[in-house]
Amino acid sequence: MSGKNSIMQNIVRFLKSRNGKILIGTFIFWLILYPLNKFNVMNNYWMHVVNVSLIFVILTVSLNLINGFTGQFSIGHMGFAAVGAYTAATLTTLVWKVPSHGIVAYTAFIGALLLGGIAAAFIGFLIGLPTLRLRGDYLAIVTLAFGEIIRVIINSIDFVGGPRGIPGIPRFSTFTVVVVVTVLSVIIMKNVIYSSIGRALLSIREDEVASELVGVDTTRYKVLGFTVGAFFAGIGGGLLAHLVQYINPLQFGFMATIYVLIMVYIGGVGSISGSIVAAIGLTFLSEGLRFGLDKLNSVTPFPVGPEWRMVIYSVLLVATMLYKTNGLMGDREFEVLIPEEEDENAKHSA
Amino acid sequence: MSGIFNLQQVINSIQLGSIYALISIGYTLVYGIIKLINFAHGDFYMIGAYAAYFAVIFSAARKEHPNVIIVLLISMTAGAIVAFLSNRIAYRPLRYKPRLSALITAIGVSMFLEYTSSAIPAVGPSYRAFPQSQLIPERTYHMWGAVLTNYQIVNIVIAVTLMIILTYIVQHTRIGMAMRASAQDKDAASLMGIDIEKIIDFTFIIGGALAGAAGLLTGITYPRINPYMGIIPGLKAFIAAVLGGIGSVPGAMLGSYIMGFAEVFGMAINSILGEGIAYAILILVLIFLPQGILGKKTGEKV
Repeated sequence: MSGKNSIMQNIVRFLKSRNGKILIGTFIFWLILYPLNKFNVMNNYWMHVVNVSLIFVILTVSLNLINGFTGQFSIGHMGFAAVGAYTAATLTTLVWKVPSHGIVAYTAFIGALLLGGIAAAFIGFLIGLPTLRLRGDYLAIVTLAFGEIIRVIINSIDFVGGPRGIPGIPRFSTFTVVVVVTVLSVIIMKNVIYSSIGRALLSIREDEVASELVGVDTTRYKVLGFTVGAFFAGIGGGLLAHLVQYINPLQFGFMATIYVLIMVYIGGVGSISGSIVAAIGLTFLSEGLRFGLDKLNSVTPFPVGPEWRMVIYSVLLVATMLYKTNGLMGDREFEVLIPEEEDENAKHSA
Repeated sequence: MSGIFNLQQVINSIQLGSIYALISIGYTLVYGIIKLINFAHGDFYMIGAYAAYFAVIFSAARKEHPNVIIVLLISMTAGAIVAFLSNRIAYRPLRYKPRLSALITAIGVSMFLEYTSSAIPAVGPSYRAFPQSQLIPERTYHMWGAVLTNYQIVNIVIAVTLMIILTYIVQHTRIGMAMRASAQDKDAASLMGIDIEKIIDFTFIIGGALAGAAGLLTGITYPRINPYMGIIPGLKAFIAAVLGGIGSVPGAMLGSYIMGFAEVFGMAINSILGEGIAYAILILVLIFLPQGILGKKTGEKV
């Protein structure tokens, strides 16, 4: 009897902990949105926007891991996402030719997603290597060049369609899948950041020379930071491919990286919460502006072109940077994203 | 000579390199003084191309023959004004804030210029043909198996002249001396009575003017313009500046010609992979020469 009781107690204790709160919060989020879409209160279009925004959460947090927490300025992030997307989509669509339903198909999809992440992580490892010698703007330009090279190489491989891309990818990234993968990815990245690895990454960001002097193997951790960030970018890319069902190399160009970069900086460098808020907020803002302009168009006598959407977006971006230089969240976090053990540390250090 | 390595490709490379050089000088000057990668620089070039376009259209509508020099001055002025304004409005308030915020702001300015241009009905998002034959009637010359048009000659002559003028300004005038001093040590320069903000304004004006000129030259030689035309050349010119050693003007010129050659010959070898060859060269150079070809080697202070 007592054994069963303690299991229950453990479960209750877990649900009361912060990770438990994340789990409950996620479940409530799913429980509200899933029926809304099922009974057509919320149409598929907005559901798609929700899914895209969640995938951008993965991409943004993973870029923040490299740029914000490790302090290595990388602007080739969508290159990693491209590797993940192409690996996963090639496996499911071109090699295994999995059906679009059934448990086997989903297992294959999860496998393909992980393999895509691993392929991206390997590329991230390769790109991490030059970081041993380069820093700052030079590193930025090398990551940019790598990202473009990945795109050019994909463009030239005929098996994956070259510039035509891969059409007809089965739609495995349903709302449920996207929510589960996103929450898992964010929790894993959060745990990496609050582990000893994360401490080493932060110390490299704060002062590379000093951290090397106290015995941090900076080379190893910088490469590790790149590898982990790239892995999750690959996962995000794979999800995106199975959501939009069509990929081509242009989707992963420089501008796409810029969008993710903007999300990182608007949210706040070195804040997971900021990345989450910015990724969801900016995705919805840019879709919302679309409808706002339509409304405006029906009122004004002269036509208002769709380009004004991006004009407003860029003005907001510049204004945010001018008036809130460190981004919306700075380096603060929501309480649920900080492990309980950190509170003790904070108390001691205070 | 036959095959890939012939005179025609050399001429094309020099012409492409000249355009990159005019753009990358602006990158390198601005970076030298305020350490900002000005992502909007490629858009100053786009503004220059559109200014030239409207100047030619306008004078053709009035049945006048447009003068190349006047059109050049118009596009340089347009580039300079936009560069000056973006410095004053967007970059100056962030001068003493974290560098990466300024970088994101630069991306914002770049997007603003691109999308505003395409939102304005007179410009519009689609491609336009640049009326280069109304500016200069085309002539072709044949020499040693290569075909040379007078557009290419005008392109190279204007670019080289502007680069000579720029080198003179930087090396032999008081304001150029102030620019070099500010690039070396901003604080010491301001203690010596140099108005840093004025120098930064001037740097943006020069960079914008050169980018504007590059816009006109692109319009003449590759006569197709649209509001997003600045992104890729801007990126490549930036790579060229890094390749030559960012902060160094001769380095930017050298890097640009290397990029021009790499790109033209890369494309000639394989039209799809060619684009990547330029990037591959860049990565190799940076791995073995992290400061660029002509960049100053700086030790790290602990």
